[in-house]
Amino acid sequence: MGPLVPDLIGNEFNFVIALFIGIAFGFILEQAGFSTSKKLVGLFYGYDFTVLRVFFTAGITAMLGVIVLGHFGLLDLSIIYINPTFLYSAIIGGLIMGLGFVVGGFCPGTSICAAAIGKIDAMFFIAGSFIGVLIFAEGYPIFEGLYKADNWGFVRVFDSLGMSQSLFAFFLTLVAVAAFWATTLIENKVNGKSNPEFKPLKLYVALSGVAIILGLSAFILPDIRTEYLQDVEDIEYVNNYKIKYMTADELAFRLLDKDKNLQIIDMRSPKEFSEMSLPNSKSFMLETLFEKYAEKTLNISKKENVFISNEGLTAKKAAIIADKLGYKNLLILKGGLNEFKKEIIEYDSTKVVIKNYNDATKRFRLKASIQIPKMIEENKSSAIPKVKPKRVLGGC
Amino acid sequence: MKPEKYMNPYLAGFFLGLLLLVTIYITGRGLGASGAVKSAVISIVETVTPSHAESQVFYKEYLKEHDNNPLKNWLVFEVIGVLIGAFISGLVSNRLNFNLDYSPKITARIRIASAVFGGLLFGFGAQLGRGCTSGAALSGMAVLSTGGLITMAAIFGGAYAFAYFFRKLWI
Repeated sequence: MGPLVPDLIGNEFNFVIALFIGIAFGFILEQAGFSTSKKLVGLFYGYDFTVLRVFFTAGITAMLGVIVLGHFGLLDLSIIYINPTFLYSAIIGGLIMGLGFVVGGFCPGTSICAAAIGKIDAMFFIAGSFIGVLIFAEGYPIFEGLYKADNWGFVRVFDSLGMSQSLFAFFLTLVAVAAFWATTLIENKVNGKSNPEFKPLKLYVALSGVAIILGLSAFILPDIRTEYLQDVEDIEYVNNYKIKYMTADELAFRLLDKDKNLQIIDMRSPKEFSEMSLPNSKSFMLETLFEKYAEKTLNISKKENVFISNEGLTAKKAAIIADKLGYKNLLILKGGLNEFKKEIIEYDSTKVVIKNYNDATKRFRLKASIQIPKMIEENKSSAIPKVKPKRVLGGC
Repeated sequence: MKPEKYMNPYLAGFFLGLLLLVTIYITGRGLGASGAVKSAVISIVETVTPSHAESQVFYKEYLKEHDNNPLKNWLVFEVIGVLIGAFISGLVSNRLNFNLDYSPKITARIRIASAVFGGLLFGFGAQLGRGCTSGAALSGMAVLSTGGLITMAAIFGGAYAFAYFFRKLWI
């Protein structure tokens, strides 16, 4: 599951990747014509809408790609960098940048690209941007208030507008296509030429074909998250699903044995978890199973994952979802934590009436009932409810 | 030799979009540019007047985040790549040339002054707006960040609003 940094690709190697991504970025920008200021500002005067076409096509392509990867569980959207929203600084900063665009004829990325092929105006633009950053840095105490005002956090636009992600993406794509069409008409009028709106048409048809197929498959195939969460709502389905059990005695034995291969996945609420938790346990929610965190936690080789919850049902649901997601070595605690508490932690030899308990079991439980609460007590300081992986830092 | 024609904009946009998607998939973050300028500025200030860099919040915070090495930043490496990639592209398409682009109505000197001033505004605005056309607008659009899209609307809206007053620079 993406992103591959920092687990599959180390932070140092990430810099090498940055260099190669940059090379491709610079090459594409230059090939698109972003290395000349007259072409860049063309869209503001109606004679050349290249920037709008490249920019919008790129944005839509990447946006749809991110949605599709997220939909099929290939990219964990909860940890990728989402530009934070600070309302006033976004608007005022954007307006100042817009002014800089028509005055200077570049934006930072394109100025670097143009300077690389020898544009002298681009080199002066870069020099200017150094001064601009310096002014902001030196005057930071003055601008800090505006910079940090009205923080909305890492919000996404469809949530701000209260619509679904797919619907917003669909509208934005429509807007882009309409803009491509309308701007070509404007361009033809300003330049006194008659270029067809979409050229070459074949390329356009092929791209829309791919987009439509992807879109339809995304709508028809529900995302695995929704599907699996729905599956486990069906009690009969859950009861019939085969997952291996671990008995309370075995769990107690392995806890006392300090078995390193034992990993407890605690499905109770984070609050209950922080109040009391068994050693070697991690707090999970059903939703957590779909995140990259689960991939890192449940996939450790040789570890056996024992799912626990109070009554045992949530644990079974979680184990089923984990099984469907392809994780191995999954077990659930028979009778849940309630039974474990009754049989082991609060074991009372005087109350036991069932005859077929032999003396060994009795002795073991007595020992466990003394030691395990101690282990729980010792574990208390280290029991941190799920350490959420930090969002990737990005932006400019 | 004559410079070659530019790539079809939709095709270029498609490639750029794929590159951005691959970047997000691998690194979890988008593309950027102005952040590298910020790293460079901080690095210069730290080298020239270390005591000043230590006394100002802006530099102090940044240096703390980057283990006192402001150039060890993802965007710095990416921007070095942009320079190389754009140079290669200019080389293969016969576009390497020292020149400037401006309207015949103005002089080269005015063009240079406007480039410096425009750069200054963009550099400042990108700090305030937490990213430029690449880092905030394009990458923000890819992940549908509210802030990114607001910044994008403000950049292009602002440029259209001010375009009329600076038309002599271009047409």
